[in-house]
Amino acid sequence: MITAALTYAAGAIIIFGATFSFLAAVGLLRLPDLYTRMHAASKAGTVGSGLLLLAIALVAFDVSVALRVLVGVLFLLLTAPVAAHLLARAAYSAGYRPADITVINDMEVSKNQPKNKKSRKKS
Amino acid sequence: MSADRFLDISITYALAVLTIAFLLVTVRIVRGPTLPDRILGLDMLVLIGIGYIAVIAIKTGFMLYLDIAISLGLVGFLATVAFARFVMQRGLQQSAESAESGQGAEEQP
Repeated sequence: MITAALTYAAGAIIIFGATFSFLAAVGLLRLPDLYTRMHAASKAGTVGSGLLLLAIALVAFDVSVALRVLVGVLFLLLTAPVAAHLLARAAYSAGYRPADITVINDMEVSKNQPKNKKSRKKS
Repeated sequence: MSADRFLDISITYALAVLTIAFLLVTVRIVRGPTLPDRILGLDMLVLIGIGYIAVIAIKTGFMLYLDIAISLGLVGFLATVAFARFVMQRGLQQSAESAESGQGAEEQP
């Protein structure tokens, strides 16, 4: 009875995790910008893979497997934001700018004022 | 519907959907206008691969696949960090060159 309930829960979690991964891929394909694509990849992708890993623990019903799943999910949750932040910082410092429809860009203010002064001097 | 049948159906659904996700991310990697887009696509490909390995582990019952998924996540994280450092160094060189050329352009008039 318990194993049947756990198996149903594992199937539901597998469906949710696969759908989250698919939505992350769709976001990666359709969003306009590197920095918005990063949201889809790092958040929805991490949730999808984490849910698919959690389903293993529910199906296996074993302490050692569950502990390894917990370690894997924790590792995924710790490393995905770090990797996304490193990549965003590297890309921004390398000169890749956000899309034109970006409304708020806090990094822009401190960096662009000297450029504006220069352009004013030029004009 | 019995529990095992439901699990089989959900595993088949997950494999199909993850395959489509793989193809979409591959389209982004091929089309990606800049280098960081492609690096992000590779990172996403590693994440989807972890999910794929997890589904295969449930389907076959070999729990050894879990260790493979964890180590794949480790390798993917290290690869993304290395690519980010590469982008930073290469971009700094490019921006230094463009700054020099910009100064040259300012000096010319």
